[in-house]
Amino acid sequence: MTTEHDIAPPGAAARPTTGRAPRRPRALGGAAARLAFLGPGIGYLIVLLIVPLALIVGYTVFRRGRFGGVVYEATTENFTRLFDPLYFDIVVSSVRTATLTTLIALLIGYPTAYVIAGLPRKWKTIALVAIVLPFWTNFLIRVYAWVILLSGPGLVNETLTGAGLIDEPLQLLYNQGTIVTGLLYSYLPLMVLPLYAAIERLDPQLREASANLGARPVRTFWSVTLPLTLPGVLTGCVFVFVPCLGNFVIPEILGGGRSIMVGNLIRDQFLKARDWPFGSTLALAVIAVLVLLLFVQAWAARINGGAEDRRA
Amino acid sequence: MSRTRYTRHLPAAVVAAGLALALAACGGSSTSADGTAPSAAADQLNPNADLSKQSLTMSIWPDYSPKDLPQQVQQKLGFPLKVALHDTNEMAMAKLTANADSGVDVAFVSGQYAQALNEQGLLEPLHPELIPNLANLYPEAAQLSFDKGNKFSVPYTWGTTGICYRSDLVKTPPTSWNDLLTPAPELKGKVTMMTTERWLALPALKVMGASINTTDDKQLGQAKEMLVKAKDAGMLYDDTTFGAKLDKGEAALVEAWDGWCPTTNPKIKFVVPKEGSDLWSDTMVIMKTSKNKEAAHAFINYILDPAVHSWVAENILYKVPNKAAMDLFAKNNKAMLDSNAPLQMTPAELLKGESIVDLGEASTKYTRLATEISANQ
Repeated sequence: MTTEHDIAPPGAAARPTTGRAPRRPRALGGAAARLAFLGPGIGYLIVLLIVPLALIVGYTVFRRGRFGGVVYEATTENFTRLFDPLYFDIVVSSVRTATLTTLIALLIGYPTAYVIAGLPRKWKTIALVAIVLPFWTNFLIRVYAWVILLSGPGLVNETLTGAGLIDEPLQLLYNQGTIVTGLLYSYLPLMVLPLYAAIERLDPQLREASANLGARPVRTFWSVTLPLTLPGVLTGCVFVFVPCLGNFVIPEILGGGRSIMVGNLIRDQFLKARDWPFGSTLALAVIAVLVLLLFVQAWAARINGGAEDRRA
Repeated sequence: MSRTRYTRHLPAAVVAAGLALALAACGGSSTSADGTAPSAAADQLNPNADLSKQSLTMSIWPDYSPKDLPQQVQQKLGFPLKVALHDTNEMAMAKLTANADSGVDVAFVSGQYAQALNEQGLLEPLHPELIPNLANLYPEAAQLSFDKGNKFSVPYTWGTTGICYRSDLVKTPPTSWNDLLTPAPELKGKVTMMTTERWLALPALKVMGASINTTDDKQLGQAKEMLVKAKDAGMLYDDTTFGAKLDKGEAALVEAWDGWCPTTNPKIKFVVPKEGSDLWSDTMVIMKTSKNKEAAHAFINYILDPAVHSWVAENILYKVPNKAAMDLFAKNNKAMLDSNAPLQMTPAELLKGESIVDLGEASTKYTRLATEISANQ
């Protein structure tokens, strides 16, 4: 969500200084104060973002060590392995699963957020709390709950057989559909919340104006509401897509271990195969895909922001 | 009961995960590939050293030793014991090899890890004269192929892998690994295997009559074909919760480590298939860098005391390679022993199993095999 602020228009940095010319004498103290406020944040970023990232990038060009870690012999083997069909196909199928989940989340999340934004204040709060509520329970427990719900002797099958709707318990668990369901359940709130924020911010008068000018509700949605909430849509999509791509618990528990996603592959390189360099290379590849996505999102947000400016 | 079950499964899970990791990942460095093991020379130790001047740090899996062990050691041996934990063999290796001195005196790791550590010259050869309780061990305990004669490791627990099944859900009791790989049609969707590389390959390799330590590409290719066929026919994979699934009837027949098969449920049985299986062992080793080697030997000797070592069988339901301890356990816990088939296995039966050994660089073949099976749709 912050990306749109990160990319400032050229010259933006120069503007404030001219406006603040009278404050020049206090610049030194100001710099110190800025450093004091920025320090913890910058320190945090250096220690927990820059250093680990540098390690990951560094590891990608070395060989694996017998006990984990790396042997400092340069090699490009890790990168050529990325294109080994075995690994490449896993990455592609993970991207496919994450994309499918994101699209379904958008189709469910948008109407949900739209309705919530239109509720009276009191109900709005209740609805939002209900959306966030699942996060109060441990993620693993919620995933296991799905196993209990869907398993052969589980709740859903018991109910259906009890009601006489089916004779044999259905095989609901351990397939691609279950994985998508699990991912969708886990990350849907991350789609709803940014969408809600975007729709809520929308001036109702714009829709009224559109109606006054003769647009039917469908036209109003496509021409006014959707374009103006597009940054929220993209933010929600990135929020859902990113953790979906990295997830390794759901394929294991709800997928019955029958399929593997890139998250599992990376985890296994560190915890099973003791191949830190290849694990790092895979992680770097995923990061590259995600950064690309963030750029697309920032770009779209900027185009949109520009459109808004022109209207203003 | 539930308490017992908890203590039993948690460490078991952890051990198993650790073992698994170990096997999967023991890719060797170039130094060990040529088979020259730089085994370290033994230090001169003083049998009359004043132990109260020493102190000991051990690294072990959580819940794998008595909670009050430090107090016992302080009281009986007269030196303080600090317990450090590792969740997996992998983490133990990271800790033991990251720095020149890890600060750990005694480490608990699986056999093939002990082997790998020894090949790197990181272990102190044992001084049997300082461990008189070695006499309590079964003679078979010195036959483990990663360390014949217990030169650098003392086995703490041992066991094997087999088929754990629900006798009420299976028409004919399984006798062969084939019953797992090509299960009867009525069991579709109710059969699980382990995904951890070496145990994933084990059933197929055993059916072929191959060694579970094979590095032959043709044999591994054949094993892959069998495993892909099993997956196509609906095989599920589970490394940690298969016991609970059997208990609930969600699974009917699973590949399982002996200590993990919940035979406390009378409908659940355990069998070692006729083609044979593995023999795993978790061991105690003394680090070369230890400055408390006399205390370390005294500590291992204390663990081998029947009253201490039988704690493992009683609380974790793992077999220990200690005859005196198993006899004591059998005397005090007859009911528990009678209801638990895996605990009744004799050392001779166990020794028919093949020890999984560290394969060095060739272990990556097993990793690739496992990835290929997982990725096959």
